[in-house]
Amino acid sequence: MNYIIGAFKPACNISVTFSDGKSRKQVALKKENGQTVMVPLFQSQETISGKISVEPVSGKKVEHNGIKVELLGQIEMYFDRGNFYDFTSLVRELDVPGEIYERKTFPFEFSTVEMPYETYNGVNVRLRYVLKVTISRGYAGSIVQYQDFVVRNYSPPPSINNSIKMEVGIEDCLHIEFEYNKSKYHLKDVIIGKIYFLLVRIKIKNMDLEIRRRESTGSGSNTHVETETLAKFELMDGAPVRGESIPIRLFLSPYELTPTYRNINNKFSVKYYLNLVLVDEEDRRYFKQQEITMYRLGETSEATL
Amino acid sequence: MMISNGIEDEEKWLAEGIAGIQHNAFYLHRAVDSNNLREALKYSAQLLSELRTSKLSPHKYYELYMRAFDELRRLEMFFKDEDRHGCSIVDLYELVQHAGNVLPRLYLLCTVGSVYIKSKEAPAKDVLKDLVEMCRAVQNPIRGLFLRSYLAQVSRDKLPDIGSEYEGEGDTVMDAVEFVLQNFTEMNKLWVRMQHQGPVREKEKLEKERSELRDLVGKNLHVLSQIEGVDLEIYRDAVLPRVLEQIVNCKDELAQYYLMDCIIQVFPDEYHLQTLETLLGACPQLQPTVDLKTVLSQLMERLSNYAASSPELLPEFLQVEAFSKLSNAIGKVIEAQVDMPIVGAITLYVSLLSFTLRVHPDRLDYVDQVLGACVKILSGKAKLEDSKATKQVVALLSAPLDKYDDIVTALTLSNYPRVMDHLDAGTNKIMAMVIIRSIMKNKTFVSTSDKVEVLFELIKGLIKDLEGISTDDLDEEDFNEEQNSVACLMHILYNDDPEEMLKIICTVWKHIMAGGPKRLPFTVPPLVFSALKLVRRLQGQDGDVAGEEVPATPRKIFQLLNQIIESLSVVPAPELALRLYLQCAEGANDCDLEPVAYDFFTQAFVLYEEEIADSKAQVTAIHLIIGTLQRMNVFGVENRDTLTHKATGYSAKLLKKPDQCRAVYACSHLFWVDDQDGIKDGERVLLCLKRSLRIANAAQQMANVTRGSSGPVTLFVEILNKYLYYFEKGNPQITASVIQGLIDLIKTEMQSDSATGGPASDAFFTSTLRYIQFQKQKGGAMGEKYEPIKL
Repeated sequence: MNYIIGAFKPACNISVTFSDGKSRKQVALKKENGQTVMVPLFQSQETISGKISVEPVSGKKVEHNGIKVELLGQIEMYFDRGNFYDFTSLVRELDVPGEIYERKTFPFEFSTVEMPYETYNGVNVRLRYVLKVTISRGYAGSIVQYQDFVVRNYSPPPSINNSIKMEVGIEDCLHIEFEYNKSKYHLKDVIIGKIYFLLVRIKIKNMDLEIRRRESTGSGSNTHVETETLAKFELMDGAPVRGESIPIRLFLSPYELTPTYRNINNKFSVKYYLNLVLVDEEDRRYFKQQEITMYRLGETSEATL
Repeated sequence: MMISNGIEDEEKWLAEGIAGIQHNAFYLHRAVDSNNLREALKYSAQLLSELRTSKLSPHKYYELYMRAFDELRRLEMFFKDEDRHGCSIVDLYELVQHAGNVLPRLYLLCTVGSVYIKSKEAPAKDVLKDLVEMCRAVQNPIRGLFLRSYLAQVSRDKLPDIGSEYEGEGDTVMDAVEFVLQNFTEMNKLWVRMQHQGPVREKEKLEKERSELRDLVGKNLHVLSQIEGVDLEIYRDAVLPRVLEQIVNCKDELAQYYLMDCIIQVFPDEYHLQTLETLLGACPQLQPTVDLKTVLSQLMERLSNYAASSPELLPEFLQVEAFSKLSNAIGKVIEAQVDMPIVGAITLYVSLLSFTLRVHPDRLDYVDQVLGACVKILSGKAKLEDSKATKQVVALLSAPLDKYDDIVTALTLSNYPRVMDHLDAGTNKIMAMVIIRSIMKNKTFVSTSDKVEVLFELIKGLIKDLEGISTDDLDEEDFNEEQNSVACLMHILYNDDPEEMLKIICTVWKHIMAGGPKRLPFTVPPLVFSALKLVRRLQGQDGDVAGEEVPATPRKIFQLLNQIIESLSVVPAPELALRLYLQCAEGANDCDLEPVAYDFFTQAFVLYEEEIADSKAQVTAIHLIIGTLQRMNVFGVENRDTLTHKATGYSAKLLKKPDQCRAVYACSHLFWVDDQDGIKDGERVLLCLKRSLRIANAAQQMANVTRGSSGPVTLFVEILNKYLYYFEKGNPQITASVIQGLIDLIKTEMQSDSATGGPASDAFFTSTLRYIQFQKQKGGAMGEKYEPIKL
């Protein structure tokens, strides 16, 4: 298709502008080609409106069978490349078939759009929102233009947020009790906790707290699970003795986390775990993994400390 | 080879660490210079990562730490300047905590924390508390110690102390105390744990390394002592109990010793005095191997110095019962430390004793109590073998002697001799010498027989042979010195009351009798003279108390003297005994006790006859007898005749002619006493002189026969001088013509060919003639008398 594009330059330029584009927050989005672009940020139930202008290339006319704009929410599985699954699809007709000689602007509006899922760029799966403008033509083929945008949804602080407290150990070898102050953390939260050493018979070299993200895609026998360690935070240096308690204070803000996603449209899930790892002098690792729930707190109420 | 490799490796690792720090420091400086906070944090964290090494010994690690420390100072300056990095201190405090590695993270946190407190945007206590808590994350002993030491360093000038700018609004001095105490506790735990960090075979090395780090821990106590707000109350209620709790609980010998010492050194003496019970209470709870004797000695030394600094402090010492508390504590420590060698226990008591002597010099009961405690320790054990322990016992016993000028004071300490009993014979003697020297130095009289009894009991090592020491290996010089000291000592035993004095003499006599023949020649003479001195004192009073039963009469004393001198017969020491008899005879003479005097003379003659065989000794003895006899005036004619007869008889029987001659002319004085009512028997004088002349002649002839030359004329000249003496004294038998004859005789002798006039006798004769010439020229009665003599 490249030579066709090379031979036939697009007959017109299509641009999408959002009605509150100047004031709306922009966030970075990583494109498929690896480039990062700034795109507007929306949340569910917002109205997405703006203008689409079509401008034929110098003096040429564009003959078309109609112009439409679609708002698509797509899930793309990488192992199933090119196969998009649209979980949301809304269409607005912009123009009836005809000819365009000069720049023409069409307003559009999708009001109170239901966008339950957040934009997500994972290892095996991608969830994206996009405005797709199509100028349908007969022989020459349609002209299509995409405009990405990002959706993030905020949750209120959970009404129940218990601490995680657990005693684990290996008999006659190592007994510890750890405590994380919450089980649900917002993205800029701080994990506060403590590790008590009840019994230490091994020579511990150090102790780390890892944040792991588990992304599972597909379902049934076709499930793919991918685990990434997003943070490796050293909690302790050296060998503690019985009775010591080691403080935990881990700021989450430096890490690129997302909220926990559970069974998004039956396609994928993203879960977060805290993994407490003790390493002994022979480099043996002892660990205990605990799931935590991540959520996105409204920007205004997000506290720093 | 292995070891040298180890050291080389360590050098290499250190060099690598330093290079790593320098490398990152370069970028850090650049970041700071361009006010780039993000880069500054990145490079400082990398720089600090060099401190994560486990390969260096504490010594080398310190070097590395100091490099990093310098860089952190610079970074702190940058952090202070919000305008440069544009980040509020609160945000910065969070930002540095994003660092993934715990050690760099905490160094940075402490650095920012220091700036945070300075900014006063948060209460100092909150920040301090947070820092000291967060530092728990480093459990490696060396890294943890240095990190916490860094925390202590940067927080030192930011404690909410009284008068500090960080005090107030809920920040009190207690928060400062709490912070330092917690840091101290954690550091000590890390330090103690260090010993378990390596293989057992490197234990010694580990201990050495640990020892190098002790000041890091001790620094905290120093900081505590520097906090103005730590008054006695806070120290007593908050600081000391917590510190002691940590010391006791850590159950580590090295730490316990060092930290106890630290407490004693860094906090004021006044506090120690007021918290003595608490401080001492911890001692028995420490590990049984802790060198508590040094610790407690230090404490007592400090307290004594404190007491000495002002006399007004004494009531305080009494009020807190410092002595009994110390004494109790020592007892408990000894009980608790079952393996403590005896030297340790004694050393403790030596310290306690010197404390007592300095603080409560008037409390002899304390001193005795200390000695008693020592006796308890020593009892049940054999004589001390340990030379160190012996040394300490000597120190213990010497202390009161040095302190009290009055030796008598020491004599009243009932436990003193009991302690001495535990010394071995050699040391016992040395101690006895010390005692004697101390007495001599202070010239204190020992004035009752009871005290003498005690004293001799103390120095019995010198008085008699002790068991277990063979008399053969005694060094004669040492022995002589010792016995001379005892002899000296006897002159210090004195009481003005004759009765008591006699008792003293009897006591001494009783003791020296036990000393055996070797000692008697040293000890008898001073005793005899001491008794004679007493006799002289009684002389004047005699008769004043007639009719009453007087226990101390000269007669009685002479009886005793007789016994005393007689004891020398076992030695035997006849010459010494003879001299002493003569002394006694003179004493008796002065007391008008003719029979006694006569008896003494008899004894002397008996000795002369039976015991003195050596001719030289005989000569000396006979001259002594003559001399003494000449001065006697108590004898009646008969007794005197007997004695003079004896003396002249023995004189003429001496072996050598010259000796005979001299003894005989000396005898002439027995007939001419130049007193008012002395005997003046000119005839017998002349007889003696003539006899001596005869002997001199005989001597001359004998010399002619045996050697072919007559001896010097010295004897004649000597006799001439005797003639001149009696001539001048007015002996009618000695006339100028007799003298003239003798002079002529001498001149003839000297001119004869055979005479070999020695220069001495020539000079003697010449000066005798010159004397006659002088008398002639002087004129007067004497001149006239001499006139007829022609020279």
